[in-house]
Amino acid sequence: MAEIRLENVSKLFAGDVVAVNDITLDIADGEFLVLVGPSGCGKSTLLRMIAGLEEVTDGQISIAGTDVTELAPRRRDIAMVFQSYALYPHMSVRQNLAYGLKVRRTPKAQIARRVDEVAKLLGLSDLLDRRPGQLSGGQRQRVAMGRAIAREPKAFLMDEPLSNLDAKLRVGMRASLQQLHSRLGVTTIYVTHDQIEAMTLGQRVAVMREGRILQADEPQKLYQEPRDLFVAAFIGSPAMNLVEATIDGGDVTFGQFRIPLAAGRRPLRDTGGRVVLGIRPESFEDTAFASGDLPRIEVQVEVLEELGSDAHVFFLVDAPRITAETLEASEEEATLLALEKALFTARVDARTRARVGERLQLAVDPQRFHFFDPDTGASLLQPAEPARATGAPGTPVPA
Amino acid sequence: MSASAATPAGAPQPRRARRGRRKLATQTGWNLVGIAVIVVMVFPVYWMISTAFKSDGEITSGSWFPLQPTLQHFRSAMAGADHPYFWNSVANSLIVVCVTVALSMVIAFFAAVALAKFRFTGRKVFIVLMIGIQMLPQAGLIIPLYLVLRQYGQTGTLTGVIITYMTFVLPFSVWTLRGFIIGIPRDLEEAAMVDGSSRVGAFVRILLPLVAPGLVATSVFAFITSWNEFIFANVLLNDNSKQTVTVWLSYFTGTARHTDWGALMAASTLTAIPVVIFFVLVQRKIAFGLTAGAVKG
Ligand SMILES: Nc1ncnc2c1ncn2[C@@H]1O[C@H](COP(=O)(O)OP(=O)(O)O)[C@@H](O)[C@H]1O
Ligand SMILES: [Mg+2]
Repeated sequence: MAEIRLENVSKLFAGDVVAVNDITLDIADGEFLVLVGPSGCGKSTLLRMIAGLEEVTDGQISIAGTDVTELAPRRRDIAMVFQSYALYPHMSVRQNLAYGLKVRRTPKAQIARRVDEVAKLLGLSDLLDRRPGQLSGGQRQRVAMGRAIAREPKAFLMDEPLSNLDAKLRVGMRASLQQLHSRLGVTTIYVTHDQIEAMTLGQRVAVMREGRILQADEPQKLYQEPRDLFVAAFIGSPAMNLVEATIDGGDVTFGQFRIPLAAGRRPLRDTGGRVVLGIRPESFEDTAFASGDLPRIEVQVEVLEELGSDAHVFFLVDAPRITAETLEASEEEATLLALEKALFTARVDARTRARVGERLQLAVDPQRFHFFDPDTGASLLQPAEPARATGAPGTPVPA
Repeated sequence: MSASAATPAGAPQPRRARRGRRKLATQTGWNLVGIAVIVVMVFPVYWMISTAFKSDGEITSGSWFPLQPTLQHFRSAMAGADHPYFWNSVANSLIVVCVTVALSMVIAFFAAVALAKFRFTGRKVFIVLMIGIQMLPQAGLIIPLYLVLRQYGQTGTLTGVIITYMTFVLPFSVWTLRGFIIGIPRDLEEAAMVDGSSRVGAFVRILLPLVAPGLVATSVFAFITSWNEFIFANVLLNDNSKQTVTVWLSYFTGTARHTDWGALMAASTLTAIPVVIFFVLVQRKIAFGLTAGAVKG
């Protein structure tokens, strides 16, 4: 077990591709850190540099206090789980699990004992004599996990280990992974592009974009206090509603709506009245079920999704939508609607009487508004700070 | 099935039947083509082997089957006064073939690894050259190769033949092995390196066993090509005691008036045997799809 420290780590590929750009991050001993970000943002490259599979262009990596920047992978004593699993196809499950121990010349009896232990832990005992080709996807995934565990390394590095499983299996494996981590307590860096996976697994989540870490925080903090427009848009499902807005006096105006701001929740900096307003879907409520005297807006229901537990109401806002370049997420919700209009999502009580095509009164809570600088994307709710997220080690939350 | 049953009866039914009939006809057609191809390919082999066992009378009468089988032609081919040097040429061929195969495999493997895994200047040019060379007609290379070999005193020696064979076995082998190596996910070696292997260790324990089927397939090709090669051997080896089996075989084709067909067919059959034995020995090792299960689900 060990802490991992990244100091100003960069990676330049041939052709001036900056895959990782000056990342500084400390991962505490025993912490479960998730690197999350859209595909191509440099997560795998960063992980591979920590593993020693990719040369570091600039900066320093240390594991357990030792500078490993120049060390070969096998001298770093870490284990890696690949997205493709990378099981050795010509070896049985037993040999796969034992490989790391064998090449380290562990005594035979000890290898056998360790392999049995790990197999039992992961429910692989009946499969030990099979070849990877004879296993299902989920079983292969567990073997890949087992191979990492068997050696008792200083840290686990996992690159999208669940992305090849079907949705149901993935949810199950997520829970097992958490259990495994709390049982073994080994420092883990976990890469995923799936923000739900990141939020559920990570004690701390680092959001990456274009080779940089935008924010590294505990999941709740990331959700409640995004420091950056991209983080706000990326984290949360359904995504935060984002729209260009203007602030004049005590009101914020976006599209056809004008809402008075809450006293304690205003941009800390003046950006000439122009802001990007962010409202999480759950900050809306059907007035029939809303408490108190929140400001109201009347919307036209475009789409209604009833999920049983709650309902999603989609309505149009007459203002430019914050587009994909800023927000990876909006690519997924690519709609056929005109770009000049933003499609908002409100999460309301399941008992709502909203009907498609009809009007609906929504209460909205200005206490939960987010404001971002339309030029830099920085949150206006936090004091201006040095450009780069420092990513100081958070206190690991007991799992 | 159930979907079409649910649709109103009538229109869909006949259409489906018609489609089925057409499909059956197509399938039968292809099967017939397949059988024709097999017959065309197998018949000469059958004719060669059966003729080798026929008596002289049956050969002239052109009978389809050796009713009075005889080994006389084999005896005369292997030890007859007219055809000496059988064992001698078998030995020569074996030496040439084994050395060619062994050397080519080692060299081709390393070359293929270099081409598949490393980026170096001239890599593309090298690959293009390799393919280009294979497109040249071999006969066109006889004279230049002969001249080069003569300069080094290698005409009339087995070494010269081995070198010549390698000039066309190597490009093919490198190309084929490169394909096999590229097919092995890079992750596997990387996983081994993270697990504690050195680069060489990962190479020996992971890459090599996985390329083995490729090595076998390639060596089969190399074996067959060099065993069956005639033109270069004929030009380079004029001393009877140094000739290979294909050259030995060529002496059976007499004049147009008189060819000992029985002996020729027996000799041809004998020549084909080692290739068949070699193939039977190694074919089970050509386990395709050995990398199955390495990745994903
Ligand atoms: N070997 C390589 N050579 C050149 N560019 C690469 C290489 N590997 C990755 N990249 C580039 O680096 C960036 C980050 O890639 P990667 O780390 O794989 O992203 P992620 O894992 O977040 O999807 C991408 O733009 C990718 O095209
Ligand atoms: Mg990746």
